[in-house]
Amino acid sequence: MKKNVTAWLCLLPAILFLGIFMVYPLVDVFIYSLEEGYNFASQSYQGTGLYNYSYVLHDPYFIQALKNTFIIVIITVPLSTGIALLISLELSSIKVLRDFFQTVYFLPYVTNTLAVGLVFMILFKKTAYSDGLVSLLIQLFGGPSVDFIDGPYPAKMFVMCFYTIWIVMPFKILILTSALASVNPMYYKAAIVDDTPKWRIFYKITLPMISPMVFYLVITGFIGAFKAYSDEVALFGTDLNAAGMNTIVGYVYDMLYGNSGGYPSYASAAALILFAIVFTITTINLMVSKKTVYYQ
Amino acid sequence: MNESTNKKLEIQDNIKEKSRKVLVYFLLSLWAIIVLFPFYWMILTSVKSYGSYNSEYVPKFFTLSPTIQNYATAFTAVPLAKYFINTFIFTVVTTLLMMVVVVLSAFAFARLDFKGKDIVFSLFLSLMMIPNELVIITNYVTITNLDLRNTFMGLILPSVTSVFYIYLLKENFEQIPEELYKAAKVDGTSDFRYLMRVMLPISKPTIVTITILKVIECWNSYVWPRLITDDQNYFLVSNGIQEIRENGFGRENVPAMMAAVVVISVPLVALFLIFRHKIMEGVARGGTKG
Repeated sequence: MKKNVTAWLCLLPAILFLGIFMVYPLVDVFIYSLEEGYNFASQSYQGTGLYNYSYVLHDPYFIQALKNTFIIVIITVPLSTGIALLISLELSSIKVLRDFFQTVYFLPYVTNTLAVGLVFMILFKKTAYSDGLVSLLIQLFGGPSVDFIDGPYPAKMFVMCFYTIWIVMPFKILILTSALASVNPMYYKAAIVDDTPKWRIFYKITLPMISPMVFYLVITGFIGAFKAYSDEVALFGTDLNAAGMNTIVGYVYDMLYGNSGGYPSYASAAALILFAIVFTITTINLMVSKKTVYYQ
Repeated sequence: MNESTNKKLEIQDNIKEKSRKVLVYFLLSLWAIIVLFPFYWMILTSVKSYGSYNSEYVPKFFTLSPTIQNYATAFTAVPLAKYFINTFIFTVVTTLLMMVVVVLSAFAFARLDFKGKDIVFSLFLSLMMIPNELVIITNYVTITNLDLRNTFMGLILPSVTSVFYIYLLKENFEQIPEELYKAAKVDGTSDFRYLMRVMLPISKPTIVTITILKVIECWNSYVWPRLITDDQNYFLVSNGIQEIRENGFGRENVPAMMAAVVVISVPLVALFLIFRHKIMEGVARGGTKG
C-alpha cells in the first residue's frame, strides 16, 4: 500500500501537467470547433454546429494556405529524402574526411530557424542597394533579375522549398547513415563473391535493408512538412497572408492571435482539418509500406 | 586473354574508380558548401561596416576592414542582452523542471509496482501521437485566462513534460539490475535515496542526452513564446530576431542584424561542437525533426 502511494506521488507531476496541457486541450479543441460565434472576451457562444468548419473551408486565406502546404509537402518530402539518400550513400563509401562532412551536415539541426532564415532572406532579397547575391548569380549566367522574397509566387515557393530542405536534411542524413552502417557486411561480401553489379547490390541488398528507415523518414517527413510554419515566418515575416505564403499551421495561429486574431473556434476547426489530413496521409503511407518495406 | 590486355583493363578500372571517387568528393563538398555558406555569409556581413555593405551593389566575398561596431549596435540599439537572459532563464528552468518530472515518472514506471501501471503507461505512450498544434489553442486560452501571459510561468509550464523522454529514461532505468534495488532495500535505503545515489549516476549518459536535446529545443522555440508574449521584456531570442527583422535598426541595417544572428547562433553551435557525438547519437536514437 505504501508502495502504491510512492508510485502515484512520483507520477503526480507528470499526470498533472499532461492532464492540464494535453488531455484537457484535446477534448476542448473538439468542443471549441463546434461552438458557433464564440466570443473570446465574454467567453460565450451562440449555438453548436459545423459552421466553423464551413467558414474555414470557404476562407480564401485557408485555401491559399492549403495550397501552399501541399506544394511544400509534394516538393520537399521526395526531394529531401532522395538527396539525403544520395549523400548518405556517398558518405558511407568514403573514409577520409567522413567525420568532418558528417559534422558539417548536421550543423543546421542546432541552429535557430528564425536566425538563419534571416540570412537566407538577405541572400535572396532584392533591395534598393543590391539585387541580392542569388539573383546576381543568376544574372551572371544571363538570367533575369528575380526578387525571391517579394517577387513572383514560383520564386517565393522556390526559396521556401529550398530553405525547408536545408533545414530537414541533417536529420535525414543522420538517420540514413546510421541505417547504412548497420547493414550486415556479410551480404555485401557474398554479393562481391558472386560478382554482382553495383546497381544490383543497391536495389537488392542496400535498399531493402534500409527500407524501414527510409519509410520512417517519409512518414515523419510528411508529418513535419504538413506542419510547416516557422521556416515561412523566418523568410517572409509574420504577416504570411499578405505575402501569400501562409500555411495551415500559420492560419491556425493567425486565427488565434496576430492580425485577424481572437477566434479560437476557427483555429480549432482548422487544426482539426489539418489533423484529419495528416492522419489520412499517414494511414495511406502505412498501407503502402506494408507492401513495399522489407522487415527482417 | 593475354597479359597486356589484362593490365590495360586493370588500369581502366583504376581510372574509373578514381574518377568515381572525385565525383563523390565533389558532390559531398558541394553540399557542405551549401550548408556552410549561410554561416560564412552571416559572419562576413556582420563585420562589414554599414556604409561599405550598402555601397556594394555586388557584395564582396571577403572584407579587408572588419569592424565590431555592428556587435555594439546589436547590443545597444535593441535589448539583445535582455532576449539572451530571458532565453537563458527559460531554457534552464524548463530543462530542470522537466528533468525532475521525467525522472520521477520514469522511476515509477521502471522500478515501482503499483496497480494499473501498464494501463497508465499505455495511456502515456498514446499521448505521444498528439500533435502540438491541436492542444496549443486551448493552452493559449488557459494561460490567458490564468493571467499568465507575459510571464515566465506561462512560457514554461506547458513544456515541462515529455512523454518521449519518460519513455527513453524508463528503458534506461530498466537495464539497471533489479538486484541492486533489492540489495538497497535490504540495507534500508529509501526509494528516493536509491534513485539519487544509484540510478541517476548509472543513467548519466541518457540524462545528458535528454538535457542537451531539451536545451536545443528550448533555445530555438518560437511558436509558443510568440503566442504568449507581446511584451518585449519577455521575448526569447527567436521572437527577438523577428522583432529586429520587422522593427529594429531601422530595417535596412543588415550588418547589425547579422551581428545579432551570429550572437544568437553561437551558444548552440558551441554546444554542438563540444557534444557533437552525444547530440548526433541522441538524435539518431529517436529524436524528432526539431
